[in-house]
Amino acid sequence: MATEFELNGQAVTVDIEGDTPLLWALRDDLDLTGTKYGCGIGMCGACTVLVNGRATRSCITPVESVANASITTIEGLDPDGEHPLQKAWVQTQTPQCGYCQSGQIMQAAAMLKDFPDPTDEQINSVMGGNLCRCMAYVRIREAIKLAAGEMNGAGADNASVAGGATNE
Amino acid sequence: MNKFERYFNRPEGTETRASDNVLPVSRRGFLIGAAGAGFTLAFFRSGLSFAQPEEVVEAETFDPTIWYHIFPDGRIVVNIAEAEMGQHVGTALARIVADELEADWSKVELHHVDSDPKWGFMVTGGSWSVWQNFTPLSQAGAAGRQALIEEGARLMGVSPDQCQARNSQVTAGDQSISYGDIVSRGDLSRTYTEDELKQMPIKPASQRRLIGRESRALDIPDKTDGTSQYGLDAKLEGMVYGRPLLPPTRYGSTVNSVDDSEAKSIKGYQQTIVLEDPTDTAPGWAVVIADSFHAANKAAAKVKVDWSAGDTADVSEQDILDHAVELIDNPDKGSLMFADDGVDEAFNEASDVFQQDYITHTVLHFQMEPVNALAYEKDGTWEIHTGNQWQSLIIPVLAKALGVKEDKVVMRTYMLGGGFGRRLNGDYAVPAALASQQLGKPVKLVLTRDDDCRFDSPRSPSYQRLRMAFDDNGNPVGMEHHAAAGWPTQVMAPFFMPKGANDEPFDPFSAQGAAHWYSVGPHRVRPISNDLANATFRPGWLRSVGSGWINFALESFMDEAAYEAGQDPMDFRLALLKAEGKNAGEAPNSVGGASRQANVLRRVREISEWGQEMPEGTGLGVATTYGQERNMPTWTACVARVNVNRETGRVKLEKLTLVTDAGTVVHPDGARAQVEGAALWGASMALHEGTRFENGEPVARNLNTYTPMRMGDVPELEIEFIDSTETAVGLGEPATTVTGPAIANAIYAAVGVRLREIPITPEAVRKALQA
Repeated sequence: MATEFELNGQAVTVDIEGDTPLLWALRDDLDLTGTKYGCGIGMCGACTVLVNGRATRSCITPVESVANASITTIEGLDPDGEHPLQKAWVQTQTPQCGYCQSGQIMQAAAMLKDFPDPTDEQINSVMGGNLCRCMAYVRIREAIKLAAGEMNGAGADNASVAGGATNE
Repeated sequence: MNKFERYFNRPEGTETRASDNVLPVSRRGFLIGAAGAGFTLAFFRSGLSFAQPEEVVEAETFDPTIWYHIFPDGRIVVNIAEAEMGQHVGTALARIVADELEADWSKVELHHVDSDPKWGFMVTGGSWSVWQNFTPLSQAGAAGRQALIEEGARLMGVSPDQCQARNSQVTAGDQSISYGDIVSRGDLSRTYTEDELKQMPIKPASQRRLIGRESRALDIPDKTDGTSQYGLDAKLEGMVYGRPLLPPTRYGSTVNSVDDSEAKSIKGYQQTIVLEDPTDTAPGWAVVIADSFHAANKAAAKVKVDWSAGDTADVSEQDILDHAVELIDNPDKGSLMFADDGVDEAFNEASDVFQQDYITHTVLHFQMEPVNALAYEKDGTWEIHTGNQWQSLIIPVLAKALGVKEDKVVMRTYMLGGGFGRRLNGDYAVPAALASQQLGKPVKLVLTRDDDCRFDSPRSPSYQRLRMAFDDNGNPVGMEHHAAAGWPTQVMAPFFMPKGANDEPFDPFSAQGAAHWYSVGPHRVRPISNDLANATFRPGWLRSVGSGWINFALESFMDEAAYEAGQDPMDFRLALLKAEGKNAGEAPNSVGGASRQANVLRRVREISEWGQEMPEGTGLGVATTYGQERNMPTWTACVARVNVNRETGRVKLEKLTLVTDAGTVVHPDGARAQVEGAALWGASMALHEGTRFENGEPVARNLNTYTPMRMGDVPELEIEFIDSTETAVGLGEPATTVTGPAIANAIYAAVGVRLREIPITPEAVRKALQA
């Protein structure tokens, strides 16, 4: 069965079973592999994408349920991969294995719309659904604050950076 | 390169084919030869030292590994044979080369190579990569620098001693020439004998420009925009998807019949096959084949397989632990890793003997990317696309499974969606290859999370008994440590098992941590293989392996022994870290010995709140370790601060303070990230994780029942490194082993109860408080 939706700004159609999880439609039918499979029950967050701007676990979202919706994946978050969150993720050197990070960034992007200047408690609550097995949690929290600062116009000049890492 | 080399320096009879690939660095020369565009700089066997560099490069007979290539445009590509699983290993290794080469870091690129015998023995684990590669990579960089200076001098018409190399340029007075131009216009071809290589002018630490300086990891940008490629992302035109149906036991189950009548209505379902595995890696497997993973999953729910279960179908966690106690109670079981003279006399003559038992439960790897592999045959060679940590271990198994020679199997390299030791065991590649061979087409085998947990090689449950003999003055005069667990190395790589004093082999990775640096008189360490564990599941190497469970017992016990002796736990440890006799340390790896462990302990005492008054229900606990191996000590100390809720039994981990002396630190921010992650892994295993075996399988199979640490559980972290230019050692694992015992010791300091079992559950704390 054909399902139409908007993917990273482009109209797409997939002709697959309607109960196929959006995750596999994205990865296997639309060749966007940045969205990852982790648990299959919506509890690790590696598969998080935006559906009409809301953070959604694509592994438990049937593709038929997103007909005509607007989907954003990590590949479409920013045309140059330079969303403030992505830049902050690099600046804080957050990813280790990196497998969960697409989902972390997409969840964080949705959160910053709701909480433009999030507290630790808000970050813990919202990001608590995203597992990072490398346990890069301290840096994820730091990166979110860094990005929030930039998006709020404060600039990143005074933000602390893990280890003071610079690209020589 | 020389991975595991030291494990092969053992009595005859323990050697294997794998050792043929392992050649000590000291027996190798180095060459620089033109290859395509630019020059390749590589090690070669000393027997080839008279060959012309070009011939060697053309024939690709360099061995065991090629190091790097400089292109005419100045790019320097460093080949990385280590698996990238979040430790940024390529960045660290490339910076060692680039520092000695005096390279412009912005021109350095990484190339993660596929499996090939020319790379030598391929394994990434044990926190070894930097430690083992530091010297050869330094020599390789220095040789390149020397050649570039010589050739640059010739091109500029000056003498080499007027020149210096810096930032990919050779300069002499006001003249300069770039490395790219030297490669374009000059002839770098040279060979260096092993002796010449040893004489390479390695820079003093004070002249390092990249090692020890902050930098960004080269693998990170691709991990923020979805472009990084993991095994799960591998794809091939015409491939089919496979979803396994796992038998009721890890071994010994057989398929009686398969009924897929109800699955036939699933769109995209093709068939269900039963694997015949001559290697017993995936015995009793059926695999559902479909056009898509979704169809395979839907069909899998409808395919009925009738199995005859293996012998371990009823085994429980308690059975495994009960068996461990029986083994420990039998003095004839196990191997003697340490067997100092006089242990029995010390205990017979002791004025006080203190003994305690400790338990650690089953831990799952739960790496974020469930295991998977894409397998197919192309032009007579089997292609295996998957993330893996120990290619050289699984390729012979794959070859046997497929009935082909090892040189007909190649493993393509991908980023690992978490390693943590899970992918040292490449068992998941075997059923993919078998399915592909049986079907005659490419098969992408993907395990669901549930499958991944059932098929995991978990950290074995362990049971340990520690004893200490005290003299009249309360000083330790003898010690015993008995540790029973499933042994991954015995099951998967028995050729790595050294023999103990009683001539019985032992799994070094399941015994490390017990070979401590405390001076406690004669010491006996008896690691024991738990054969019931080995039969029930395939024990895994899991981040820090045995040190994880052994240091929980050892450092809990040292804390208890301190109280038994009426001393402060910090003072008690410091007094035993005397750096005398066998604990004095030796060059190059353990210079300073126990005095460096004492130093990190003193430092953590200074920067934590040790000795200060704590609020009600709050306490500090300390633990320390020498890391993974006595010959590669990473001196680590940790203080944990916890608050215990006496009503609920809930333990809140408030802060971890860690001090690490890892000698020279190559990539400081990467090192810090490793300590952050390792420390939290240890805390997660102590407070949040753990499962148990029931009916031959782990009970927890997904995040609804397996509950690793989440962001809200993360304590304040304070991490410090000792500034050092001693030998660089490993960092991926040591911090894993200190947080658990530090937490248990902090709970005792907070509320006066000892938790001798991890994970520490609120129920266990409540029970202990009520006792």
